[in-house]
Amino acid sequence: MSGLLSWMIFLPLIGAIVALFMPKDNHRLIRGVAFVATLLPLILTVVLLAQYDPSTAEFQFVEKAAWIPGLNVNYHLGADGIAVPMLALTTLLSFLAALVSFNITKRVKEYFAFFLLLETGMLGVFASLDFFLFYVFWEVMLVPMYFLIGIWGGPRKEYAAIKFFLYTLFGSIFMLVAVLALYFTSTPHSLSIIEHIQRAPQMTRGFQLFAFVFFFIAFAIKIPTLPFHTWLPDAHVEAPTAVSVLLAGVLLKMGTYGLLRISFPMFPEATRFFAWPMAILGVAGIIYGAMVCMAQTDLKKLVAYSSVSHMGYCLVGMAAVGSVAGISGCMFQMVSHGLITGALFTLVGVIYDRAHTREINAFGGMWIKVPVYSGIMILFVLGSLGLPGLSGFVSEFMVFLGAFPYFKITVAIGVVGVLLTAAYFLRMIQKMFLGPVAGHTAELTEINFREIVAVTPLAILMIALGIYPALLSNLIQPTIENLVRLIGAGA
Amino acid sequence: MTPFNLTQFYADWATILPECFLLLWACVITGAAVMGRTDESKSGTFAIWTIIGTLATAVWVAVTQDGAAFGGTFVFDRLAVVFKEIILAGVILTAAASVGTVSRLRAHRGEYYGMILFSAVGMMLMVSATELLTLYIALELSTVTLFVLAAYHKTNRKSAEAGLKYVILGGISSAILLYGVAILYGLTGTTELAKISQEIQRQFMGSGSFPPGLALALLLILAGFGFKLALAPFHMWAPDVYEGAPTPITAFLSVASKAAALAAFLRVFFVGGQPAQLIWIQAIAALAALAMIVGNATAIVQTNIKRMLAYSSVAQIGYMLVGAVALDPWGATSISYYAMAYLFANMGAFVCVIAFAERTGSEEISDFSGLSRRSPILAGFFALFLLSLAGVPPTAGFLAKYYVFAAAIQKGYLWLVLVGVATSVVALYYYATVIMKMYFPSEQTEGGFPVARTLTIVLAVSALGVLLLGIIPGPVVDWIKAAAQSFVPPT
Repeated sequence: MSGLLSWMIFLPLIGAIVALFMPKDNHRLIRGVAFVATLLPLILTVVLLAQYDPSTAEFQFVEKAAWIPGLNVNYHLGADGIAVPMLALTTLLSFLAALVSFNITKRVKEYFAFFLLLETGMLGVFASLDFFLFYVFWEVMLVPMYFLIGIWGGPRKEYAAIKFFLYTLFGSIFMLVAVLALYFTSTPHSLSIIEHIQRAPQMTRGFQLFAFVFFFIAFAIKIPTLPFHTWLPDAHVEAPTAVSVLLAGVLLKMGTYGLLRISFPMFPEATRFFAWPMAILGVAGIIYGAMVCMAQTDLKKLVAYSSVSHMGYCLVGMAAVGSVAGISGCMFQMVSHGLITGALFTLVGVIYDRAHTREINAFGGMWIKVPVYSGIMILFVLGSLGLPGLSGFVSEFMVFLGAFPYFKITVAIGVVGVLLTAAYFLRMIQKMFLGPVAGHTAELTEINFREIVAVTPLAILMIALGIYPALLSNLIQPTIENLVRLIGAGA
Repeated sequence: MTPFNLTQFYADWATILPECFLLLWACVITGAAVMGRTDESKSGTFAIWTIIGTLATAVWVAVTQDGAAFGGTFVFDRLAVVFKEIILAGVILTAAASVGTVSRLRAHRGEYYGMILFSAVGMMLMVSATELLTLYIALELSTVTLFVLAAYHKTNRKSAEAGLKYVILGGISSAILLYGVAILYGLTGTTELAKISQEIQRQFMGSGSFPPGLALALLLILAGFGFKLALAPFHMWAPDVYEGAPTPITAFLSVASKAAALAAFLRVFFVGGQPAQLIWIQAIAALAALAMIVGNATAIVQTNIKRMLAYSSVAQIGYMLVGAVALDPWGATSISYYAMAYLFANMGAFVCVIAFAERTGSEEISDFSGLSRRSPILAGFFALFLLSLAGVPPTAGFLAKYYVFAAAIQKGYLWLVLVGVATSVVALYYYATVIMKMYFPSEQTEGGFPVARTLTIVLAVSALGVLLLGIIPGPVVDWIKAAAQSFVPPT
């Protein structure tokens, strides 16, 4: 099928436009449009996975056409072992998040229009091979996100929305400057990501350091790594459930994806130079995120800060720039965190819808009152804290395995994070699920069919990846080996 | 004195025919207004005839052959075509947007449109002038009519004040400009730009240093243009005039008048002042930075939407002049493209203000609260235009900013670009604040209202312009690039 990636990216956009022309009060119809517009890219993802040849690191499904010839801007798409898992994660989580959003009753039409536009932006980022296109998708995403948080968010939504918008824009303009610098230092002037990777050996050390730092600011804000993380709790806590799912599940991955797609292969010398600071930032994120989680009383905030902690593992894994295991661990963590945190936010939304509170102390003995919900929740929490047999364990293990030879003491400190994670999650389980029925638990009703459908695929994938990691590693292996070769720090 | 040559005579007048036609049309419209009855219902008729004449002129401009006339004082080249079309598009949109405003005037309804056309003739001559006195006369023709238009609500104190302020400051700035022209004439013995360039080259390039007189002349001319463009620190008149003038005139002033001054600026500095670029290019960079900082920082605290847009347009001029540090086709293209993107976005934004004020009688930002419920269409358009002004893709404003920053980076002005990108984050803040008020109201506001049909058409055309220039900019970029290349040779 030609134009597979284009169809994937723009079907949600078509859905958004169709939704805008639907009658405002016919919620069923609008939901139907959203359902179809997110289901079709998911079906195309299955086709994509079936047709993808995992034995090569080459870009596949490449589409290229001149877009703005006067500026050498091309419409250039393609997917490799790094992009394919991200595209799959995005279409899956978007579909499930659309299901989760069916309980939205306020301004439904606009909600789904923005939601679908967001999906287009996310998919576009993961498939772009042209800097201009990449940047456009990267920015296009901000607008629907801003509205989704600002209109359908919680009590402090205005603050959270604008903070998210400004913070991310602040980061991306640095990327823009670096892109322009890359453009003018290349002959002939080019915006092709592939061509810049090919000319990486000709870039001077000074230029690489400059460009790496500028890109890193943009990506670090998105991940978010430690000093840039303050937008995340605000955005997460105020965002509606489905938006939190996408924010944690997909948007945060764009930062790490950007590093792997652009910074690492394009500025290998700078990457090697900054590997150690990245590992430090990663470990600091792991520990800091986990410590902050210990102090949270709001369940959603806890999950939000656990993202800061878990994205720290990604950074540690990728900082082991010469190690296939480390970078694979990072990819594993990206997928695994997307699955688990997506589910956790959905589940937090489930109790918030019923009890209108997320305070951990307001609940108790949920296992007695809502056993199915509790079982599912505990399964995902165990996945998040890295129980062997589930995907979180595989990724953490690979990250540490890959990074230990490079940063022995740093990694040793980082491992403490696993313990802290277990501590805050087990404390939460104890307070909310065990003991006698208390507080708002009495108001809870059991998780409904739609909500179970929304988390089941995530549970299946989490277990499947935990038991049989080759499912993912086969897909990414050649690409990551190639990446390690490009960085040139192979041990 | 060359002997009279009939062929030359015809050729000269053929080159300037579109202007002559529009001048005649302006006389006919004004004549009809003076002779005939111009009751309220006639506003639309006058607008239609104005638009017809302008459209005819625009077509005429498009098919006219390139050529120089009147001994090289008037040139019809591709750059002139680009800017003439921008100006004429501005006239058409302004005329259409004025119908409601004019029908509420007590008298002189038809003359209003005549004045706009006279001003447009002045602007068209201005973009073609290659000789400083022609330029000056054209400038005066366009400005004097604008004085009248700014004070058109003559019983309204703010409008009268706007007119008076504009007269005084406009007069002073013209004097400053003329003073600079006089000194330049004294130094070079000519007022023709091409010859000025040659003279500067011949007299001063060999010596390696420039006389202070030349610097004074160029800086005085720059200051004169600074007033016309409302460039900081010469922008003090703009907020008062913008606020007091009838809103369609404000839009016309901010779009067409600026485009004309920008074209004249390009001719004077990219051609005439080209050999002396060492003198003025740093000054331009400093003024651009100042305009971006002052304009954006002051816009934040405004409570009146027209004042906010006035300060935002001060900043926008700053962004355009970022492109002026690159004295090559890149620079000229980026400025011209920016002027075009700005035409649609700023015109659209002011028309939104007109539509809002027509129904609510208010121009306060706080009254925009909840507009998305009262008039979803208007809120949607306004948000789009504001996002384009902020430079968020996929709107025209993004590519425009990308283009000017690219031009500056190419010449190594990293600091200027960093100022530019940093202030765009500030700019996004105040644009987003308005959007936030419209979409995330703190309290419910009641009373939906429709938008007048002509205004809806103007809004739709502007929105189409903003989106097409952003999404399929290829043809327009090529068109402008060709014009810029014929105007400044690549270096």
